[in-house]
Amino acid sequence: MCTMIIEKTKVQGSGKGNKGWFKFSQANVSFDHPTHLHQDYSINIDFIEDHSKENKRIAIELTPKSAKDLIHTILKSLNKGEKMGLKI
Amino acid sequence: MYITNNYEGMLAETISLTGHNNDEINAYFARPLNTKPVPGVVLIHHLPGWDEWYKETTRKFAHHGFASISPNLYFRDGHGEPDDIAAKVRAQGGVPDSQVIGDVTKAMQYIKNLPYSNGKVAVFGTCSGGRQAFLAGCTVKGFDAVIECWGGRVVMQKEELSDKQPVSPLDYTKDLTCPILGLFGAEDESPTPEQVHIHEEELKKHNKSYEFHMYESAGHGFFYYDKPVYRPEACQDGWEKIFDFLERKL
Repeated sequence: MCTMIIEKTKVQGSGKGNKGWFKFSQANVSFDHPTHLHQDYSINIDFIEDHSKENKRIAIELTPKSAKDLIHTILKSLNKGEKMGLKI
Repeated sequence: MYITNNYEGMLAETISLTGHNNDEINAYFARPLNTKPVPGVVLIHHLPGWDEWYKETTRKFAHHGFASISPNLYFRDGHGEPDDIAAKVRAQGGVPDSQVIGDVTKAMQYIKNLPYSNGKVAVFGTCSGGRQAFLAGCTVKGFDAVIECWGGRVVMQKEELSDKQPVSPLDYTKDLTCPILGLFGAEDESPTPEQVHIHEEELKKHNKSYEFHMYESAGHGFFYYDKPVYRPEACQDGWEKIFDFLERKL
């Protein structure tokens, strides 16, 4: 299987799935087999609405390198925003 | 062996099953339409869920003459598309071993109670299901054969144990009551060839009947035809070994 590597964090955001936009409150990050991406292992991020009975989920599967690149890109954006005086 | 002028028919459907703790769950069941007594197979689905591949494989066993059942081990976690339910279960750290074993036991009893059962049942699983198939062979009385395909975490370190998976399956090896067929890939990272070696040594130590095969050019999940891990030669040979093993043991 199946590394069972999973990390969870509370987040505040919105995403758009097949049933439209919804607010999510948690991100589950696993380093495990993807469902769709053609890789043995990937970084899988599920943005979910905690305690939702509808299993609403935005699912992302990234190659490990893409995940690292994305982290740097997000940090770059945050730094630029901070310099412009945006609150974080 | 199927020949072209044989009658061939199959029934395949979702059924209700009384599972662990007498919970009502659902299961996918397939059987050949004939009047002869047939052996059975219980399929333990993998961590990606109770998905299409498992239903196809349940029908594959029925096509080869087995009454086959795949209990939905994630039934208690709600309903939706299989990958969404699997993501939910993954976030919860999987399902407890005790619950899986309870569901699998009831599935085996369901098969054995069929009026056309020959009384012999194997347990089959891939990935996390491979691990649980071995666990079932060790902890449940009544199975006649185990087919473990690339079962990761049969060999567990202390720090990997949890409330849901409190014992390393390897520790139950002495209790295995039936022959086991194991199929593995040399390029797999879970289980690694070293872990498969430890697994094999433990079986040897306890004089268990086992047949392990390691495919050199394969990694994890080499039966999954829609994944990059698919290895046609290993897959073809693996299925031949499975049906040969079942013919000899059931």
